[in-house]
Amino acid sequence: MVNNITNATKHTLSLLVDNEPGVLARISGLFSGRGFNIESLCVAETMEPNVSRITLVTKGDMHILEQIKKQLNKVINVIKVLDFSGIPFVQRELAMIKVHAKPENRAEILRMVDIFRSRVVDVGAEYYTVELTGDEDKIAAFLELLRPMGIKEVTRTGAIALAREKK
Amino acid sequence: MKVLQEEGVDTIFGFPGGAVLDIYDALVKTDIKHILVRHEQGAVHAADGYARASAKVGVCIVTSGPGATNTVTGLASAYMDSIPIVVLTGQVNTSLIGNDAFQEVDIVGITRPCTKHNYLVKRVEDLARIIKEAFFIARSGRPGPVLVDLPKDLIQTTTEYKSIKDVHLRSYNPTYQPSMKQLPRVVSLIKKARKPLIFAGGGVILSGASRELKQFANKIQTPVTASLMGLGCFPASDPLWLGMIGMHGTYRANMSSAECDLMIAIGVRFDDRVTGKIDTFAPNAKIVHIDIDPTSISKNVPVDTPIVGDCKITLKKLIELLAAEDWKDLKKIRKPWLDQIVEWKSTRPLAYEQKDIIKPQFVVEKIFEITKGEAIITTEVGQNQMWAAQYYHFDRPNSFITSGGLGCMGFGLPAAIGAQVACPDRTVVDIAGDGSIQMNIQEMATAVQFGLPVKIAILNNRYLGMVRQWQELFYQRCYACTDMADAPDFVKLAEAFGAVGLRATRPDEVARVIKKALSVNKPVIMDFHVEREEGVYPMVPAGAPITEMLLV
Ligand SMILES: Cc1ncc(C[n+]2csc(CCOP(=O)(O)OP(=O)(O)O)c2C)c(N)n1
Ligand SMILES: [Mg+2]
Repeated sequence: MVNNITNATKHTLSLLVDNEPGVLARISGLFSGRGFNIESLCVAETMEPNVSRITLVTKGDMHILEQIKKQLNKVINVIKVLDFSGIPFVQRELAMIKVHAKPENRAEILRMVDIFRSRVVDVGAEYYTVELTGDEDKIAAFLELLRPMGIKEVTRTGAIALAREKK
Repeated sequence: MKVLQEEGVDTIFGFPGGAVLDIYDALVKTDIKHILVRHEQGAVHAADGYARASAKVGVCIVTSGPGATNTVTGLASAYMDSIPIVVLTGQVNTSLIGNDAFQEVDIVGITRPCTKHNYLVKRVEDLARIIKEAFFIARSGRPGPVLVDLPKDLIQTTTEYKSIKDVHLRSYNPTYQPSMKQLPRVVSLIKKARKPLIFAGGGVILSGASRELKQFANKIQTPVTASLMGLGCFPASDPLWLGMIGMHGTYRANMSSAECDLMIAIGVRFDDRVTGKIDTFAPNAKIVHIDIDPTSISKNVPVDTPIVGDCKITLKKLIELLAAEDWKDLKKIRKPWLDQIVEWKSTRPLAYEQKDIIKPQFVVEKIFEITKGEAIITTEVGQNQMWAAQYYHFDRPNSFITSGGLGCMGFGLPAAIGAQVACPDRTVVDIAGDGSIQMNIQEMATAVQFGLPVKIAILNNRYLGMVRQWQELFYQRCYACTDMADAPDFVKLAEAFGAVGLRATRPDEVARVIKKALSVNKPVIMDFHVEREEGVYPMVPAGAPITEMLLV
């Protein structure tokens, strides 16, 4: 199957899986073995200790998305596959950024931290470490603004998501 | 062991080693029969052949490390063909796992993509449940191989055995019942169709739906073709039978698929060897696809009416719905279509010319005649496999056993051994190539040891014939590394194993050799010296539309 890049869009999937060793390897192996795309992936336990939730962002056209969902459902350890395409959901990522805090830039950094509702989580002699949650665009915009001051390191989670409740 | 017996296991194919000493020690104290193979790949193929011939789950036991890695090809073949087998592998002690211990491999990691599911047992309390689940998963839904890795310390521990009745898995629940919304649509499509075609596959055999398929096809007077895996699911002696479809399919089957206005695909997965160039496949047809595995539907070919369900149950329901309809004029409506098919058949039948040198097709035809079409046929891979598919006509399921999806050379002999164990009263013939047979020839010793009178018919062209055929057609006859003239003397080889060896070099010897082979109650190798450069035809070049057949 060829990945039709032209119609490829991003899709967020939320999987409930058995919380067992090897399950993540099954999922990632399925994606690599069949040439599907993983943009990001997050795993953590749910309220039920023997169930984990994997939030996975993938890219592909509708045909590929259908195959991905069917193939995931076929994995014995996958309990449920939820596709957020077309339904309202909230999605967040977390980024931690070490930014060069020269004395003349400190006020500006703090101002931006404030505007983006970010937080300073560590202060060193030369660097501030700030954290930011938000969707992908917000994090991208924030990084763009901090870039001129000198970013030393960035670490980011993938997206996590939940469906919105009815209003 | 108790669980194995509860699961109705009567035979295990295996090969012992350090990590499974305890299992073997317990095994010989039961009445389960153990077939000692000569290579673990042979054990898995034999379990595969056993499963296909008996419609039961095939079982293997092998040791850790090399024993386990030797099962990979067999697992991959069974996985591609959806064959229910359970492979138990030994593993090093739990405390040593991850330490690069002697004969340790991460077999669960290695076989994840070529098993339906696999397990590493970590607590002895889980052992019985996991083995139960393994059998359940292997045989239910779309069947497939399951591997269970058993650390040695765990097997040495004893625990009280509590019988487990039901297996319930919260995350695994195959759909057997088709959606009742879709079925009436199929009926109305059939009513409207003028050129319908049934395309059946291995799923029909796996779900035991042959009888229903025959009823269904007859009721709606619709011709039937099948994939390689589907051969035997519909009687070849029925006038509605078209022969195999695909790269080496019959002219009429491939033409019908191109011309049909409705294709009812049952238990198939539209493999590329069937469809050829995908966007020209069945261009005029509405496609109905019945399969138990939703991932098979609309994977390769877009489908108009998808039906997820068991083939047998679905066909039964469809037959019930059809009974309520009026089919009075059906014969008249179908006549032009069926006439067209007869014409395709008579103008372009499968054909070869038998002159001085034995033709491989002639050998297969003679085997068919002399066994009255009642043998179980296994095959190796290559031209031999395709000639077997074309010239042995199967009237019943579970009789044609071939490595379809993986196309794995060396499959036929061990599979024949497994089939013979499952069906001691049937004639089992491995239609083999001179190249493939050398890949698992060591299993002759197994056949001899256990008195399994399998018959091996080598269509000996002293070439890796199928590869040579591609070189002939697409590589300007540059036969790079496909000449196998330096082969052993197969007659002497058979004798060295304690089996019988026979040879035919002239056409008039063929029938005599086959009859002789069938008359001895021992394993026999028949060495047929056939025309070296014979080709398999029709042939559709890879990636071409399946109507573009090379006919000679
Ligand atoms: C394990 C394995 N290796 C390589 C191949 C590629 N291959 C496909 S057919 C074939 C030739 C088989 O030769 P032979 O058994 O003599 O059969 P023939 O085609 O001559 O009847 C080969 C090498 C394969 N299918 N399986
Ligand atoms: Mg050959």
